[in-house]
Amino acid sequence: MTYKYDFEPVFAAWPMLVDGIVGTLKMSSLSMVMGLSLGIVFMLMRMSKHRAPRALAIGYIEMIRNTPILVQVFFVFFGMPAIGIRLSGEQAAILAMTLNCAAYAAEIVRGGVQSIRPGQIEAGRALGMHGLDIYRFIVFRPAIRAVYPALCSQFILMMLNSSLMSSVSAEELTYFAQTLDSQTFRSFEIYLTLGVIYLALSQFFSIALGMIGRVYFSYPAK
Amino acid sequence: MIRQFGWGEFFFLIEGARWTVALSFLAFTVGGALGLAVALGRTSKYGWLRLLMATYIQIFQGTPLLIQLFFVYFGLPLLGLKVDVWVALTIGLSLHTSAFLGEIWRGSIQAVPDGQSEAARALGIGYVSRMVDVVLPQAFRIGLPATISFLVNLIKGTALAALLGLTELTRSGQLMANITFQPLQVYGAVALIYFIICVPLTYCSARIERRLNAAR
Repeated sequence: MTYKYDFEPVFAAWPMLVDGIVGTLKMSSLSMVMGLSLGIVFMLMRMSKHRAPRALAIGYIEMIRNTPILVQVFFVFFGMPAIGIRLSGEQAAILAMTLNCAAYAAEIVRGGVQSIRPGQIEAGRALGMHGLDIYRFIVFRPAIRAVYPALCSQFILMMLNSSLMSSVSAEELTYFAQTLDSQTFRSFEIYLTLGVIYLALSQFFSIALGMIGRVYFSYPAK
Repeated sequence: MIRQFGWGEFFFLIEGARWTVALSFLAFTVGGALGLAVALGRTSKYGWLRLLMATYIQIFQGTPLLIQLFFVYFGLPLLGLKVDVWVALTIGLSLHTSAFLGEIWRGSIQAVPDGQSEAARALGIGYVSRMVDVVLPQAFRIGLPATISFLVNLIKGTALAALLGLTELTRSGQLMANITFQPLQVYGAVALIYFIICVPLTYCSARIERRLNAAR
């Protein structure tokens, strides 16, 4: 028996795939931005002088980093209604991805902040800079710049992980592919096409994030 | 009558966890062997082989693991191979592992100072012995923390087997959540079991990394 490849039904459904790409882009960029912001909060807690916030942050980061994101999204989507928080598939997916991204971002950014030499901060203080300005221009920005490549690969991983969100019926690329699969039974062709689209998306993110980095970090090097 | 989530149900999850461990172990062993080949190909002197391996790695790092598993699962029958879902999963996870470990170990091999392999060549040591006796033992040390971190990722990745219907830890959790109607407790317990499996590895990796950094 030889299998006849037929991509016709897959390409015929291109509006569905475009919807999927839009869904994936939306969900992953939202959770990147929110995850990074929340991650910075956790990073500050992790580096705090007080024991309580530090312990809380370590507990959170290790819990997230040592459990699968699939279980995390199941916990949010199926588990949280038990305590009265009912979310749609898409909301649950974005929340789970944000929480996941925050833990990784916190650790990555912490690595950057620790690479800033104390002399830099002292120099800022000697120039009479404001505490907040010191943090913003001397600690934070160079720190992010130092770890930007790692942050980008984490973001791309996040985008790829969004494919799991089809399991809580969040409308992203894989979700539409599965719908299409159940309509046409062209599984192999569909997942081959999907692989190519994801490959293109990760290249796109890699280039786009690189460009954002070049614009944001284009001040003279230290 | 609805079952409550108790010890019996918890042991059902533990039974599922055996599959998680078995699948991770299989994929890590097979994928590790393939990964070594990928790493050696990626650092070989032949341009076409380096390019081939770079493409292989790029494909696996640029697509989601879920799609890779689906692709293998639906693709194998087209090659005329009728296989069980766990065989398909082992193949899929092994290929995924080989690409990631290949890239990690390429880095480690290149991190070994050039002088080492130049000295070996000057002594007239052939490729196999040069790699096995000189370069790889040093690369192994450098690559160990990242390899263990990847193992943690792999263990977490086996959770996707649930979406293809293999009753490993996550799938057991889904079943239990449907029976007991206590998803919060069930998924909490599932997360806890993953945590208990992964934390010692994460801890090991961080410790070894610190020690290697201190040695430098």
